Amino acid sequence: MSINQTIYIPLFAVSVIFFCYSCYQRLQLISLGADENRSDRPIERLAGMFSYAFGQKRVVKRPFGINHFVLFWAFMFLLLANGEFLIEGLFPSVSLALLPDPLHHVLAFIFDMVSLLALVAVVVALSRRLLFPPSYLSNEYTSARSGEGLLILAMIAFLMIAFFLLHGALIGLGDSAAYRPISAIFASLLAGQSTAALQSSATIAWWVHAVVLLVFINLLPRSKHMHILTAIPNTYLRSLDKPNIIPRESFAKGKRFGVGVVEQFSWKDLLDSLTCTECGRCQDLCPAYNTDKPLNPRRIVHDIKANLLQNGPALKNGEGKTLPMIDLAQNEGTCSEEALWACTTCGACVNVCPVLIEQMPKIVKMRRHLVQEKSEFPEELLNLFENMEQRSNPWGIAPSDRGKWSTQLGERPFEADKTEYLFFVGCAGAFDTRAKQVSVAVATIMDLAGVSWGMLGKEELCCGDSLRRLGNEYVFDKMAKQNVEMFIEKGVRKVVTACPHCFSTLKNDYRQYGLELQVIHHSELIETLITGNKLKLPKTTDMGKLLFHDSCYLGRHNEIYDTPRNLIKAATGSKPAEFERNRENGFCCGAGGGRMWMEELNGSRINQNRVAEALKQKPDTLCVSCPYCMTMMEDGLKELNAPGVQVKDVAEVVAEALRL
Amino acid sequence: MLVISCIKQVPDTTQVQIDPETNTLIREGIPFIVNPYDTHALEEGLSLKDRFGLRPVALSMGPPNAEATLRKACALGVDDAILLSDRCFGGADTLATSRVLASAIEKLAEQEELGIVFCGKQTIDGDTAQVGPGIASRLGLQQLTLVDRIVHLDLEKKRIRVRRKLEGRHEIVEAPLPVMITVVRELNRPRYPTVPMRLEAEDVMVKTWDNSVLGLDVETVGLKGSPTWVSKIFSPERDQGEIIGDGINDPEGTANLLIEKLLSKDLLAI
Ligand SMILES: Cc1cc2nc3c(=O)[nH]c(=O)nc-3n(C[C@H](O)[C@H](O)[C@H](O)COP(=O)(O)OP(=O)(O)OC[C@H]3O[C@@H](n4cnc5c(N)ncnc54)[C@H](O)[C@@H]3O)c2cc1C
Ligand code: SF4
Ligand code: SF4
Repeated sequence: MSINQTIYIPLFAVSVIFFCYSCYQRLQLISLGADENRSDRPIERLAGMFSYAFGQKRVVKRPFGINHFVLFWAFMFLLLANGEFLIEGLFPSVSLALLPDPLHHVLAFIFDMVSLLALVAVVVALSRRLLFPPSYLSNEYTSARSGEGLLILAMIAFLMIAFFLLHGALIGLGDSAAYRPISAIFASLLAGQSTAALQSSATIAWWVHAVVLLVFINLLPRSKHMHILTAIPNTYLRSLDKPNIIPRESFAKGKRFGVGVVEQFSWKDLLDSLTCTECGRCQDLCPAYNTDKPLNPRRIVHDIKANLLQNGPALKNGEGKTLPMIDLAQNEGTCSEEALWACTTCGACVNVCPVLIEQMPKIVKMRRHLVQEKSEFPEELLNLFENMEQRSNPWGIAPSDRGKWSTQLGERPFEADKTEYLFFVGCAGAFDTRAKQVSVAVATIMDLAGVSWGMLGKEELCCGDSLRRLGNEYVFDKMAKQNVEMFIEKGVRKVVTACPHCFSTLKNDYRQYGLELQVIHHSELIETLITGNKLKLPKTTDMGKLLFHDSCYLGRHNEIYDTPRNLIKAATGSKPAEFERNRENGFCCGAGGGRMWMEELNGSRINQNRVAEALKQKPDTLCVSCPYCMTMMEDGLKELNAPGVQVKDVAEVVAEALRL
Repeated sequence: MLVISCIKQVPDTTQVQIDPETNTLIREGIPFIVNPYDTHALEEGLSLKDRFGLRPVALSMGPPNAEATLRKACALGVDDAILLSDRCFGGADTLATSRVLASAIEKLAEQEELGIVFCGKQTIDGDTAQVGPGIASRLGLQQLTLVDRIVHLDLEKKRIRVRRKLEGRHEIVEAPLPVMITVVRELNRPRYPTVPMRLEAEDVMVKTWDNSVLGLDVETVGLKGSPTWVSKIFSPERDQGEIIGDGINDPEGTANLLIEKLLSKDLLAI
């Protein structure tokens, strides 16, 4: 078989040039984005890249992920095979056959087997798409383009079949069949054909393979299969911070705040948008999407991409934009304000994305723009913002009342040399009737175990969590600086919090202000007290069937899943029952991201969705680890009329076991 | 045409406590805020700028640190902010306060036609609700108090029609400009300053006028010009409350306790 090079070489050259041009165009679009440093800690980045990209760590968490794993690795091997194929077309004498025999034979065997695996994986993927697609695979944008997915799969199938036919024909023409068992089967299908017929079969198979391969390569940068090119670098360039930590803003005149137009996103945000595989996993877990809010994290990513593709060329030439990034109504390429306000910053999307796209930070960046540059936000938030700024708590209660919950405990001031822990009570723990009981439980447990602790009392300020997630970075920045200054001045080093939001803010967000504190959630403290034998539980308590609800800010944002469960086991004698959606896949209570202070006007209620899930198991107790979850679960139980179920914080469960 | 909003810096009264020994307000460490009603007076001035192109000015009498209040007004978009501050203005009662404010308004009106003076319904510290009407009578302006809606503003005919919020009823009244209007909270929703506006306001010069500008007789302003004074401030005696039962874990038992308690005090008849 010989290849007509006068046709192949120009075809190859045009394809390569066109491919490079497409990639260059995409890179140019990405470079429109704002600066962001993603090259620090290279070892950590490499390690992550190996496990997320090459190990497909997140991909394989879903059953069909295994299929993708097979395809991914088949691609890796076939990269070599196809590289050889394309080069051999240019220089017929250059091929892997030049390698020493055993190695060449092993490679031939591997390529044959891997091609078969790829073919099987493609058939499985095709059947899934056509016969039993999961609901999250499509939405109104992607189903319009589902033909693209099918086309790509079909092309891969064609490539494999052409590969086998080619080698089958070559075997018929005298190649050895020993190392190509699958091609040998194809050879037997061709058996009996004349040499000339075999020659032309081989030539046809070769050309089909070549043309499909070149078209495939050129489709990549122009479709969602761009991820084949960008996913691996994207995992390397992932955020090494906690998922909800976004770079600070600097407040100087003439600066812009947040993201109101596409080029204000960082280059990494833009790369993310081109990397989305449209797998739909984020949509599947999103509490807002699942309760019919106008938010879908995947759509946010998609809209950024669509906006970039539409506005990018004009931007590159320094012309104006035509498509708004944020508007009242949602359109392809434009996010609606309503969608942006629906996010609870639960982090499920960020946590599940197989290619490490950071959806939620993009939402918060756009909120920053709305609050700080446009003063556009749901009207309930005006009160919250004023209360936070003037009285440093969300309810606007007099700061002088902050210490009132603890009057029975006597004066418990924090003094740097005398007290080990600062108990950072938090606004809920100090002002919310129900959460105050949890504060008392935590304080009592610490006293029983002989922990040395103190509080800031009236001087304690709000940590600013809600403000930051709502995009009011300016006021958050002021509050964070005040807090950091106070912690340093008072010599605080170790902090216990009774709220995952204070916990995460003090621990992760304040690090951006140069404050390294040892912050622990009360469940962590209690666990160390029990394992260190400082706290002995005289008996176990019976709380009936107890179901544990993961707080997003303790779980997904800080990866504390086992600690509260261990405490429950210690206090009740048995492990808690689990929600259907638990741990990493847990479902938000609906209060995070400042949603606690907003009306829930669209769709159904997130807390009711979660409580309904709990009630299926007929629990007696719902155990939480967060004051917001407490409020949302209690409200949900009332709204769904389930009076028999009690909601307890994990500290209260332990306190119950301590009660003699 | 000028629209002037009078705003007062007040101590955040939710946090004010009374010193039980001296019977005076403990003011240390208490944050100052803009009198809540005045934020609505300010907003209305700003919205008339947006809707009719009037020129909003914020006016405040107070000590030098009241500048912060006016700076906030600047961040929200007033064209001018003037602080009336002079040692001799200190210790003013409502009469002396309105005299100083009226004189400043008069001065502003020399430069540009006066349309509306907005005041809050009352303050949260003094609570007298007298300053607005005091200004109006001193300047001979029409006064429309307790306004919760501006129904119609006709700049050609120079007339305004407003709705007053009274106990159990509303009243629609019309008056010729210029007028003094005191506002209630239902009138509008105050805007929230954008960050660029806040940063802009950081180095805006708030004008300070002292008595050399106003030229008032020192005997008529401040403490000297105040016929009323506060002789005593105290919290009325109240019985100490108590918490009974555990309402969260035992609502029924707690309700029973409460009923018993009320019965025993003869506060509930069966
Ligand atoms: C003897 C005496 C001494 C006093 N000494 C002091 C003192 O040393 N320091 C002190 O802070 N207070 C002092 N006060 C209180 C002071 O008189 C009143 O706060 C002031 O006169 C305004 O009255 P009001 O607060 O009841 O306002 P209201 O009549 O309830 O206010 C209505 C509206 O008038 C406008 N307004 C009122 N005051 C001002 C202002 N200053 N600037 C701009 N607009 C305004 C606002 O729009 C306000 O909403 C004293 C009062 C007396 C009687
Ligand atoms: S953070 Fe949670 S609520 Fe927000 S988009 Fe992601 S999954 Fe949805
Ligand atoms: S953002 Fe990530 S999880 Fe969501 S659809 Fe795209 S690739 Fe999948």
